[in-house]
Amino acid sequence: MGNTETQGYSKEERVKMAKRTLRVMVAKPGLDGHDRGARVLARCFRDAGFEVIYTGCHQTPEQIAAAAVQEDVDLVGLSCLSGAHRYLFPAVVTALKERKAEDICVIGGGIIPEQDFKMLYDSGIKEIFTPGATLDGIVEWVRKNVMVRE
Amino acid sequence: METVKKIQEGDVRTASRLIRRIEDGVLEARSTIKKLFPLTGNAHIVGITGPPGAGKSTLVDGIVTQLRQKQKKVGVLAVDPTSPFTGGAILGDRVRMQKHAEDEGVFVRSLATRCALGGLAKAVGDAIHIMDVMGKEVILVETVGTGQQEVDIINHSHTVLVVLIPGMGDEIQAIKAGIMEIADIFVINKADRDGGSKLYRELVSLLDMAPASAFASGWRPPIVKVENSFVPESFNNSVAELTQKIEEHHQHLLASELMVSRERRKAAVELSEAIRNTVYEPIMDKLITEGTIDAMVEELMAKTSDPYSLAERIAQRFLKS
Ligand SMILES: Nc1nc2c(ncn2[C@@H]2O[C@H](COP(=O)(O)OP(=O)(O)OP(=O)(O)O)[C@@H](O)[C@H]2O)c(=O)[nH]1
Ligand SMILES: [Mg+2]
Repeated sequence: MGNTETQGYSKEERVKMAKRTLRVMVAKPGLDGHDRGARVLARCFRDAGFEVIYTGCHQTPEQIAAAAVQEDVDLVGLSCLSGAHRYLFPAVVTALKERKAEDICVIGGGIIPEQDFKMLYDSGIKEIFTPGATLDGIVEWVRKNVMVRE
Repeated sequence: METVKKIQEGDVRTASRLIRRIEDGVLEARSTIKKLFPLTGNAHIVGITGPPGAGKSTLVDGIVTQLRQKQKKVGVLAVDPTSPFTGGAILGDRVRMQKHAEDEGVFVRSLATRCALGGLAKAVGDAIHIMDVMGKEVILVETVGTGQQEVDIINHSHTVLVVLIPGMGDEIQAIKAGIMEIADIFVINKADRDGGSKLYRELVSLLDMAPASAFASGWRPPIVKVENSFVPESFNNSVAELTQKIEEHHQHLLASELMVSRERRKAAVELSEAIRNTVYEPIMDKLITEGTIDAMVEELMAKTSDPYSLAERIAQRFLKS
């Protein structure tokens, strides 16, 4: 909560705000069933003090978006190892838009070639993490860029 | 008010936002609850408790399927513990229920306990109200049973399911220690496992030994065996039977005075929770921010005062009468 947004508030108001907890969803769209990476990330988010909704494997973009809205998360982290990210990641962004939930931040991780970055960013994916990314780095990015939405 | 109307129309986004703001202790959210409160009281609230990994979420998923076949609108609140060390939580119950994600008649919301005094998440009572006003006819509340949570869940429910599994060794001990009193329906889950029929027999004899006063209202808790969830047909049949029992219990509550007494118990708990939220917590927040707590701890360390005198000093300051 060290961002500029909180500076104009009184000490008491900041105590109130500190009670706000980031809610994030970790989801695995597509057909690959390797969710070890997603589970590790979920645990890491929990240790960072976030509430993590885990939805398991084989999720369609529509299921992910519906769950994100029901759970009122601030962030959806997608993990995809099957190579279908070019279709699946933008589809999640679209499905969120259809539910008027475009304010939910979407990031993606997996084996993603650099030439795909631009089309993913253009589609509304806010950040991409490839296997070289550290867990701490991901948490830090989230802390800096994702806020509890008003 | 706009928000109230949207919730009455069943708008999921508005409802989930409101639950979130309640969880986060946002003050304006409470004024919405004030407006919703008179509109509540239509849903049948079913608590599901039992040891970790007993198959509660799998059962909830099955019950939702049954209720949807009957066109019932369903809400699910799945409660998981907050880590007392990091404040974070992994809420994984949804994994078993994702096939209902796109069904508009089902609203599944995970809640972390956020280290609530007691055990059940602080927002549970209000989340139930919100789902109730949304028009959910049955609201299923899942919580891991660890003693206090089981007690808390009955305070919020009309019907309580206690899920047991064979081979836990001390299950009957736990029942003697109080689960007996709270269960309206027993479920022996994973009854396909060794020890399933032994557990059944033990439960039956325990119920037989209970004093007649235990079933004074005329309801003896039935025991439903749920067979292997990996054999869809037998699982579905058992869950259909279970859903039937849940409905029978609801009818029993309505036909007797029991519903009124459960509602009264629920009201009393909600009031005490609201008092904690609006009286105790703001005072603590104030004492912490102004540094009073730290200073008082130092007084105790130096033995210049004692906990009671300090608490009395706080009472004098905040309690007018
Ligand atoms: N053998 C057997 N396994 C089951 C049955 N029902 C569920 N399971 C398995 O038990 C495990 C836990 O199931 P859940 O439904 O998540 O249990 P839970 O009680 O909700 O767990 P927590 O919420 O973590 O306490 C899963 O691996 C299920 O596949 C059953 O009837 N028989
Ligand atoms: Mg569960």
